[in-house]
Amino acid sequence: MQKFTYTIKDPVGMHARPAALLVKTAMTYKAKGKLSCNNKEADLTRLIALMTLGVKQGMKVVVTFEGEDEKEATEALAKVLSSNL
Amino acid sequence: MNVLRGEKISAGTAIGPLWLCERRGPLEVQAIVDVEQELSRFQGSKRNVKEQLKKMYGTAMEKVGEKKAAIFEVHQMLLEDPEFSGNIEELIRRGKTAAEQAVNQVGNELTKTFLDLNDEYMKARAADIKDIVQQLLSDLQGKKPLVMPEGKFIVAAEDITPSMALQLDKNKILGFVTTKGSSNSHGSILAKAMGVPAVVDLGYDFSEADNGKIVAVDGNKGIVYLEPQAETLAKLKAQVADEAELKASYSKLIGQPTITTKGRKIELGANIGQVSDLPAAVASDCESIGLMRSEFLYLGRETYPTEDEQFNAYKAVAEGLKGKRVIIRTMDIGADKTEKYFELSPEENPALGFRAIRICLQRPDVFKTQLRAILRASAFGKIAIMFPMITDQGEVRAAKNFLAEAKKELAAKNIPFDKNLETGIMIETPSAAVLADELAKEVDFFSIGTNDLIQYVLAADRGSGELSYLIRPNHPAVLRLIKKIIEEGHKAGIWVGICGEAAGDFSLTETFINMGIDELSVAPTKVLALRALIRSL
Repeated sequence: MQKFTYTIKDPVGMHARPAALLVKTAMTYKAKGKLSCNNKEADLTRLIALMTLGVKQGMKVVVTFEGEDEKEATEALAKVLSSNL
Repeated sequence: MNVLRGEKISAGTAIGPLWLCERRGPLEVQAIVDVEQELSRFQGSKRNVKEQLKKMYGTAMEKVGEKKAAIFEVHQMLLEDPEFSGNIEELIRRGKTAAEQAVNQVGNELTKTFLDLNDEYMKARAADIKDIVQQLLSDLQGKKPLVMPEGKFIVAAEDITPSMALQLDKNKILGFVTTKGSSNSHGSILAKAMGVPAVVDLGYDFSEADNGKIVAVDGNKGIVYLEPQAETLAKLKAQVADEAELKASYSKLIGQPTITTKGRKIELGANIGQVSDLPAAVASDCESIGLMRSEFLYLGRETYPTEDEQFNAYKAVAEGLKGKRVIIRTMDIGADKTEKYFELSPEENPALGFRAIRICLQRPDVFKTQLRAILRASAFGKIAIMFPMITDQGEVRAAKNFLAEAKKELAAKNIPFDKNLETGIMIETPSAAVLADELAKEVDFFSIGTNDLIQYVLAADRGSGELSYLIRPNHPAVLRLIKKIIEEGHKAGIWVGICGEAAGDFSLTETFINMGIDELSVAPTKVLALRALIRSL
C-alpha cells in the first residue's frame, strides 16, 4: 500500500473542477484509491463522495492506493493535488 | 404592482419583459408498467443528456474557454457517478418507481446533501445537481428545449444553472431575477461578468403566468418591480437612461490617464477584500490596488493560515496586477472581525481595544508569518506593505523591526523578495494624525483610513443611527485633520492617499485634490466614475 498526506491550499477547498481531475486521474489506474479527511473516507473514483467530504483550505487529506500500479497512481495523484489544490 | 426584495448582486437598472427560462408545473408521471422499460427509458435519457453535455462542453470551450467549460465535464461525471445514476437505477428496480420519480427523488436527496454542507461554495453546487436533474426530466418527458422570445428580456428562474447560462443569448439579456441563489451561484457570477443588473434570493416563485409581464430590476437597491405602476416605471426609465449615458461616457475612459484639467495626475486605486475580487479590479482599469484587506485569509477558519497559503493569495494578486502596485494591509483582526482561534477576550469597547497591529506586535510568530508571505510574493509583482491602526512612532518602529527580521530570514535562505518594497501606514487614529510629521519620517507613504478616523475624531460610533449627523467625512474637524496629514506627508517627501469610504464620496473629490491628495482608492465599480469626475475638475 502507498500512502501520503497533503494539506489543502486552495482557498475554496475541494471544488468541482479539481475534484473531477482527481477522479479522472484515479480512474486511469488499476490500484484502488481512497482519500480521507475529517475521519471520513471517499473512493477516489467517486466525484460526489469526494465533493461532499467537506475538505477545506488548511485541512490535511490522506491518500492511499492499493494494487499493482499503486506507486504510479500515488505519484500521479500527488501531482494533481499539488498543482490544483 | 408586486414589489420584491432580494440580495443585490450586480448594480444597474433594467426594464423589460420577463422570460421564465425553465418549465414549471407538476411532473407527468405515469403508473409504472415494466421495471425493465423504466430502466431503459432512464438509460436512454442519460445517453441523450450525456451527448448534450458533450456538445455544451465543446461550445463552451470555444465561447468561454477551458476553465469555465470544465463545469460541463463535471456534469458528465456527476451523471455517471454511482451515487447518482446507480441510486436512480436502484430505486427504479427496488422501489418499482417511474424513471422521472426516481430521478427527482435521488436529485432531491443529493441536493440536500450539498445544501447541508456548511460551506457556501458547496451549497451553490446543489444547483449543478438540479441542472442535470432538469435535463434528464425534460428528456424523459420528451419536451422540446425552451425557445427564447424575440427581442431583449429579463431572465427569471428559480436559480440559473450552468446549462441555462450557456444556452442564453447574452445579447438579449437585460438582467437576472431569481427565486433562490446567492452571490456564489452561477447566475450571479454570470451577471457580474456581463455587468447586467441582477437581484437574487427574491423568495418569489415565478410562474408561467408571469411570462411576458413587464419587470423592472433595480440592482442598486436590490428591488424588483413586477408590473410596475406608471409612476415607478417612469422613474426607473429615467434611471436606465442616465445609467446608459454614464456607462457610454465611462467606457471611453478605459486606458485614459486620471488627470485634472489643470494637469494634476491622481493615482486611482481599487480596494479589494479577497483574491476573487481581482477580476473586477482588473476590469475596472484601476491604476493600482490601494488597499488589499488581508483579513479574509484569517476569517472563516479554525487555525491561522500558513505562510504558503498566504503567499499563494498575495502572489495571485501581485501577478494579476502585472507590475502595478498592490498595497497589502497586514491583518486588521479584532473589534467585530475575529475567529475563536485568536483567543481574544471579550471587550467593553472593541473599537478601542486589542486589534490589528496591536495584536501583531504582541504575537511575533503570527505577524512574521504574514510578513514573510507578503515579502515572498513581492518577487512576483509590485507589492507595498501597510500597517493598520498605528498610534505612534514606537509602533511603526516595532513593526518595521519585525519586517527587517523577516527580510533577513528570507535573505539567509536565498529566497527572493523585492528589496525596494515600499512600507506605509494607515492614518486612522487621531494620535497618528497629530503625530503625522514624526511618522512621515518613518515610512514611504500614508493612506488615510477615513472610516475609523471619523469615528475616533468625533467620538461617535459609526454604527449609531442617532449620531449620523456627526458621522460624516465633511465634518470640519475631519477635513482639517486630513489637510494636515497631507501637508505633513508632503513636507517629509512622501505620498499620501485615502483608502476609506470618503475616497469614493464624489462631493469631496475636489476638496481632497485641492488639499494635494496623491492617491484615491475606491471600490472597483467606482473607479471609472471617479476618473470621469477627476478629469472634469
